[in-house]
Amino acid sequence: MFQSPGVPRAHYQALFRTLLELPAEELKKSQQAADLSFLHQGITFTVYGNEQGTERVFPNDLLPRIIPGDEWQKIERGLTQRLTALNLFLQDIYHQGRILNDGVVPRELIYSCRHFRREMRGLPVPRGIYVSICGTDLVRLPDGEFAVLEDNLRVPSGVSYMLANRKVMKRVFPGLFGDYGVRPIDHYSQSLLSTLRALVPPNWSGRTEPTIALLTPGIFNSAYFEHTFLAQQMGVELVEGRDLLVHDNIVYMRTTAGLRRVDVIHRRVDDDFIDQLCFRPDSRLGVPGLFNAYRAGNVALVNAVGTGVADDKATYAYVPAIIRYYLNEDPILPNIETYVLTDKKQRNYVLEHLDQMVVKAVGESGGYGMLIGPQSTAEQREKFRRMIQVDPRNYIAQPTLALSRGPCFVDGEIGARHIDLRPYILFGENVTLVPGGLTRVALRKGSLVVNSSQGGGSKDTWVLRA
Amino acid sequence: MLSRVADSLYWMSRYLERVEHTARLIDVDFQLRLDQSPESGSGRWLRLLEALQVPVPAGAKIDAATLAHTLTLDRGNPSSIVSCISAARENMRQVREQCSSEMWEQLNRLYLQIVATPAGEAWVLHSQLFFRGVLDGAHLFQGVTDSTMSHGEGWHYIQLGRFVERTHGLAALIGTHFNRISQPLERTVDSDEYLEWVGLLKCCAAFEAYCKKYTAELRPLRVAEFLLLSPDFPHSVRFSVDKVHAALKTIGELTERKADSPMRLAGRLRANLSFGEIDEIMADGLDGYLSSIRKLCAQAHTAIHQIYFDYTVESALVQ
Repeated sequence: MFQSPGVPRAHYQALFRTLLELPAEELKKSQQAADLSFLHQGITFTVYGNEQGTERVFPNDLLPRIIPGDEWQKIERGLTQRLTALNLFLQDIYHQGRILNDGVVPRELIYSCRHFRREMRGLPVPRGIYVSICGTDLVRLPDGEFAVLEDNLRVPSGVSYMLANRKVMKRVFPGLFGDYGVRPIDHYSQSLLSTLRALVPPNWSGRTEPTIALLTPGIFNSAYFEHTFLAQQMGVELVEGRDLLVHDNIVYMRTTAGLRRVDVIHRRVDDDFIDQLCFRPDSRLGVPGLFNAYRAGNVALVNAVGTGVADDKATYAYVPAIIRYYLNEDPILPNIETYVLTDKKQRNYVLEHLDQMVVKAVGESGGYGMLIGPQSTAEQREKFRRMIQVDPRNYIAQPTLALSRGPCFVDGEIGARHIDLRPYILFGENVTLVPGGLTRVALRKGSLVVNSSQGGGSKDTWVLRA
Repeated sequence: MLSRVADSLYWMSRYLERVEHTARLIDVDFQLRLDQSPESGSGRWLRLLEALQVPVPAGAKIDAATLAHTLTLDRGNPSSIVSCISAARENMRQVREQCSSEMWEQLNRLYLQIVATPAGEAWVLHSQLFFRGVLDGAHLFQGVTDSTMSHGEGWHYIQLGRFVERTHGLAALIGTHFNRISQPLERTVDSDEYLEWVGLLKCCAAFEAYCKKYTAELRPLRVAEFLLLSPDFPHSVRFSVDKVHAALKTIGELTERKADSPMRLAGRLRANLSFGEIDEIMADGLDGYLSSIRKLCAQAHTAIHQIYFDYTVESALVQ
């Protein structure tokens, strides 16, 4: 927020003035009003492995994060470029594999990835788009530039919180909105719907409009609120695996008026669980035969199956090369420096400097399975050292970042907390972003982990008209 | 509408109706007990259990505290108030986006109120407040539902669940009561028995409505006629069956499905009650009559299930 002590960056000045004028009591009241509004709407998430009361309100921070128009334009161009390249990459590795033949990305990296799906080899997908719904985590580096921390190309969540935050903020700070020229984000659900419509499979039912359903794992999933919210906002049916069935390679949902054919499924169920005949046989969330219907081109799955290979944290290290390879352009948004631990030299370096590194398991997300060097105990480092030596492919390391911080209202006072940014990118007829995203906050002082499952919260993100 | 959603709405509603019915029966029973000697009250527990179709708990001693606990706050008993409200809430939680948020809030509030009740001896003394709260909460939910949810297909499943459950509950209650009387049906009941009959009417929230129609002079035959055949009292069997019939008819039209069997069953029930004469029914034996109603009702439930919720793929593809 500040460019030097006491001097806020230009686009924060109006907010800064308002804050100075506002008594802390007033702010506290607004925060309570916002919290209550979240509670009543039931905007909650589920914490795994926590017995008592698994539903929790997602903490919301009152002070918005502000991004000037020109910075946003760069983000928009950068993310569009990245998603385009990643889709070309997926198309390539599931077909000819040119990038592997040319040695740009090592073959063993792809074939050893847990999320690589051999079943997808040679299978065309609608419009050649694998990832249509993407949430990319960005951080702002000390030099003021945004960089990509992580791609989420499987089933990224959090977009409902972005929309809910905005709704609450409009109620709490109505005055500021007009003065600031904040770009609206409310059309996200509609964009999502047109994206899904654009992805009809070759052999769809061919009625006036494709039938779209959102497939949720059910009420015990941490993002269930989001699933109900999006289904309601788009006006599509929210289905669970048991509502669907496949007959003659055609997917139907079981309605009181009989079976109704489904054309496009926005699935929020991971690859592993989506079809117990094809993937994990112990899944209770999937639809037997779904993958065959997909292969037959009778139904579209969004995102496609097998996209996890491109957001594997070890693949991440190669994304700049991937962008150069397919687009012949330099990446607009840089990566964070990343050590690939299958490389002996890099591994040795990391093992020597574990206390300065962040180590992440390649297939995990949600802040699970990571080591933050500077905040770790010798015992934890020893544990990770052993795990890395046993299975180096499973981990990557990055230098600990000085994440940028933003002003937050926590425990009755304003303090700086670490933040990141997750914009949501859609790819149907073309790539679109709503101007904004979910700014996640590490609400614990000094903490670097922003994931909601690890005590993080979120705040509204204002992108200004240029 | 998804079959799973319809199923959840139907069961949510059945469970809530059961909560209301159970609360009213125990509340009335507790009030009656105050006017009776302990001896005459001993067999009452068994009758209450029978009317609620709850099996007698094995081994447990039958006294007020134990049984009240079993029927209200015992999570081990699937028919207890707390189990039913939890099941209702769990069903609704899965279809939240189909209901209005007011409905969810009200059901959630009622649930939280019930689970927050501390179990124990002392509770029985203040139980009246508890039951009043449950009944009010259930009524409020119905009002909220009727005025905030659109009366489309989903709403009709809610109606269906409520009145199928009500028909069952009423038939069991009336049967249990009439089984134990030996006095002539035509005569006014004597003062010893008076309270029992008032109790029966109150269990159906029908005492005042009965008095309006027949005055406070209680005759078993009239009570039976009122509770079975009254066309416009909401806790009569006939009224409930009419509602079941109406809901099924609308659902059939909305879904454009040939719902022959549930409609036929509901139609038979309805004809039975619309054209039945109370004298004949009593002469042929009330017990048999009530059990045929319950049987038809159970068959209708199964048919609904098979046609709308859990049909086979083959049957659906043929249509």
